[in-house]
Amino acid sequence: MKVRYFAWMKRTVGLPEEEITPPAGIETVGDLIVWLRGRSPGHAEALAEGAAFGAAVDQRTATFDVKLAGAREVAFFPPFTGG
Amino acid sequence: MAVRVQEADFDVGTELAGLTDGNKRIGGLAVFVGLVREMHVREGYHRDRIDALTLEHYPGMTEAALQEIEAEANRRWPLEATLIVHRYGRMEPGERIVLVAVGSPHREAAFEACEFLVDWLKTKAPFWKLEETPAGDQWVGAHEGDDTAAARWEKK
Repeated sequence: MKVRYFAWMKRTVGLPEEEITPPAGIETVGDLIVWLRGRSPGHAEALAEGAAFGAAVDQRTATFDVKLAGAREVAFFPPFTGG
Repeated sequence: MAVRVQEADFDVGTELAGLTDGNKRIGGLAVFVGLVREMHVREGYHRDRIDALTLEHYPGMTEAALQEIEAEANRRWPLEATLIVHRYGRMEPGERIVLVAVGSPHREAAFEACEFLVDWLKTKAPFWKLEETPAGDQWVGAHEGDDTAAARWEKK
């Protein structure tokens, strides 16, 4: 599964994207967030509890209770500021 | 219906002519053009000069999100033509960022749908602004007023 980070999260994590294989038991976006926090201090800071960020699963906005089953790409990003 | 996400600038006149040419059912065309401002305006105060803006986006998801918003506008209003052109990359004050144009037989639908599209694309399309200021680079935070503006179009 590919995980992508955007805007300030990319700088805090230190990577734009990474290929990962989450262990069994990681079923939802929220589970993945908790697991990713353990990968580096940058991950822990970017994905910290209370940090303002959202997620997308296969390029569709997803809440943290969305299941990952079969997902190819998960993205994390700050609130949108286009226009 | 058309959505484009591009680094290059666009010509408003050319875009509008292309949108309406050949469709004589359009009686009104409402247009919004977003520009890079040279200062940050919040709560009526002008502060923090901005030297440039870099817009990052999520290729693929951006186009899909804009197409969904455009489709929603077409479901809500009787529209003859819609166009969203959104730029990404580095832009300096005065440059065009976004064009939203809506053509309809009557002006009410065109005005309303244009406002709806701008409000929703600000909160539902994956773009992020990085400002270059004299104090260094700063990511723009979400603006509460934008959420309020977008929320008024949510169906009860």
